[in-house]
Amino acid sequence: MKNYNLTHLKELEAESIYILREVAAQFQKPAILFSGGKDSICVTHLARKAFHPAKIPFPLVHIDTGHNFPETMEFRDNLVSELGAKLIVGSVQKSIDDGRAAEEKGKNASRNAIQTVTLLDTIEEHGFDACIGGARRDEEKARAKERFFSHRDEFGQWDPKNQRPELWNIFNGKQNFGEHFRVFPLSNWTEMDVWQYIMAENIEIPSLYFAHQRDVIWRNNTWLPVSDFIQIEETEEIINKKLRFRTLGDITITGGDESDADTLAKIVEEVAAARNTERGNRADDKRSETAMEDRKKEGYF
Amino acid sequence: MEGYLDMELLRFTTAGSVDDGKSTLIGRLLYDSKSIFEDQLDQVRQTSERRGATEVDLALLTDGLKDEREQGITIDVAYRYFATPKRKFIIADTPGHIQYTRNMVTGASTANVALILIDARKGVIEQTCRHSIIASLLQIPHIIVCINKMDLVDYQQEKFDQIKNDFENFASKLDVKDVQFIPISALKGDNVVNRSDNMNWYEGSTLLYTLENIHIGSDHNHIDCRFPVQTVIRPQTDEHHDYRGYAGRIAGGVFKSGDEITVLPSGFTSKIKSIDIFEGSVIEAFAPMSVTITLEDDIDISRGDMIVRTNNQPESKQDIEVMLCWLNNKGPQPRSKYTIRHTTADAKAMIKEIRYKLDINSLHRNEIDKNISANDICRAQIRTTRPLFVDSYRKNRNTGSIILVDEGTNETVAAGMII
Ligand SMILES: Nc1nc2c(ncn2[C@@H]2O[C@H](COP(=O)(O)OP(=O)(O)O)[C@@H](O)[C@H]2O)c(=O)[nH]1
Repeated sequence: MKNYNLTHLKELEAESIYILREVAAQFQKPAILFSGGKDSICVTHLARKAFHPAKIPFPLVHIDTGHNFPETMEFRDNLVSELGAKLIVGSVQKSIDDGRAAEEKGKNASRNAIQTVTLLDTIEEHGFDACIGGARRDEEKARAKERFFSHRDEFGQWDPKNQRPELWNIFNGKQNFGEHFRVFPLSNWTEMDVWQYIMAENIEIPSLYFAHQRDVIWRNNTWLPVSDFIQIEETEEIINKKLRFRTLGDITITGGDESDADTLAKIVEEVAAARNTERGNRADDKRSETAMEDRKKEGYF
Repeated sequence: MEGYLDMELLRFTTAGSVDDGKSTLIGRLLYDSKSIFEDQLDQVRQTSERRGATEVDLALLTDGLKDEREQGITIDVAYRYFATPKRKFIIADTPGHIQYTRNMVTGASTANVALILIDARKGVIEQTCRHSIIASLLQIPHIIVCINKMDLVDYQQEKFDQIKNDFENFASKLDVKDVQFIPISALKGDNVVNRSDNMNWYEGSTLLYTLENIHIGSDHNHIDCRFPVQTVIRPQTDEHHDYRGYAGRIAGGVFKSGDEITVLPSGFTSKIKSIDIFEGSVIEAFAPMSVTITLEDDIDISRGDMIVRTNNQPESKQDIEVMLCWLNNKGPQPRSKYTIRHTTADAKAMIKEIRYKLDINSLHRNEIDKNISANDICRAQIRTTRPLFVDSYRKNRNTGSIILVDEGTNETVAAGMII
């Protein structure tokens, strides 16, 4: 008999496409949370495949902290115009100006924590009932129990003890008034899977992921990019280095890794040999051992 | 690197009672297959030190959320990932005690393999029976029994043989097809990833080798063609003006373009015009692929309908016999209304009768006490407001499974396997 087997990437792809179609069918007003990072690019690519030849039936929502890499913004705008998708921007600056959120002070200040306010406000303003994100269970241990359809209460909060069991391929997106869902089609993917898939599908990603020369300073055990949003102390030295970013967050907190990987094939090789997780260089996770879980409970991505 | 794109995916669930060494075993698999990163290991090292442990406790690698880290227990299914050049693995790690049934049923629902741990000093105990019964109810295609802590019984073959024998005696009452036994020490690493020098009498493979090579090609049903429609794709653009595609994931069988099909429940027949994916059209598609099917004729089809081959159809049923696993803390209430979900279809439903409660330690059918609460398994008859198109769970896990959603709370309260 013929061998009817899928490769792991094809099986993961089929699962993610199934999830995205379930979202389109089960919710009234879903949206893709688009950060400009490789995971949300991957989700967007899968959504394009899931509804082809129709357009993606969801808008892309970008929570703009104002502290972006310029490359990410350019990439976002190009992709949106190529897809003919609708872009909705939630502005953290506006949340600050409106007094909804207060800027952190000090040398390590970032807008990472307060973007949750903007996110929840944007969800409420547009009445989104499902927000599709690119988070994966392998990213961080607080995510290992995350559901595909993750239930949030009327305050946008995540209660790890009150999640619906998910069995087989049957998903329950029914909601009570005011509640919404986060949906994670890439739950079962690892960092390696995402890179292999990007390579196999030849998906375009921001240039920041490839090794390039950049001015950086050494702080908190990582190479932080020099930008308008960072205060550099006198003792800190600006160095020009060849590096690349393994994840893309705010320019204020995303550290680079020294690297020569300037092609996808070299990146995959580098990921295979890596000795640290990709979040290892994110200052936001370093604050405490359960940093991610605490942020999630408050409604973080 | 080429080889990496060619891996298969294997999902397994782990079961064992508390302290049988489940966390240590998973930690060992991740560690010895080099799936652990330095920073994760550092965290575990620090935590081990803070707790005053002398060695790095591999079990900490799989500890999840804060609450349970503090309480030192695991309360929900956690998913872990690792890969070897041959396969990518997804572990559904289910805790050993509280909410046990519910968690194991959840983890088992998508698994190709169940790993059952036995402490070599204790042998087959009540929990072992319970885990095996659940694995058999959920029709996990393969079972690997790991007899752990062999180092504590001097790696004796007699111990292993005796436990294997006991398990086989018990399992002969169950519906399990493929069972293998491996003597291991999760702590010392014997026969997990590397062959043990301490048990030369054992001629089988290591656990990792077994996981890498177990035949999973037939785990999906490739005979009975079932295509539950998820959503209808109508681009309504100039370029694709008349395109009308039915998007879904193949739940069983192999569909080919040109196949004679019937749409349920309408009963209309047609032929498959094309099977489309993003890259173009394919000649055939099989479970679990996600595709879009177009038909020769214009038929009214919507979500919840099922496209099947005309000469091989599922049963149309409104009275459905199921083995139900109750998941919610609140048991079934008299006259409660539920939504039943089956593939992409749903209907209103009520539980007409509980036939018996199954004692999952002994398989005893209790027809007297039919009081159901969380973690109970029972046989029940469900009545739906409209017919569902079902197969037995034995025949197809996708078209043979259902969930019940409470109409009041919207929670998923029960999972069922159709008999
Ligand atoms: N001697 C020995 N001890 C083991 C072995 N596997 C686990 N243990 C110990 O048994 C205890 C319970 O293990 P753990 O992995 O936490 O069990 P779990 O509750 O099943 O996750 C720990 O103290 C482990 O170090 C083994 O193969 N040999």
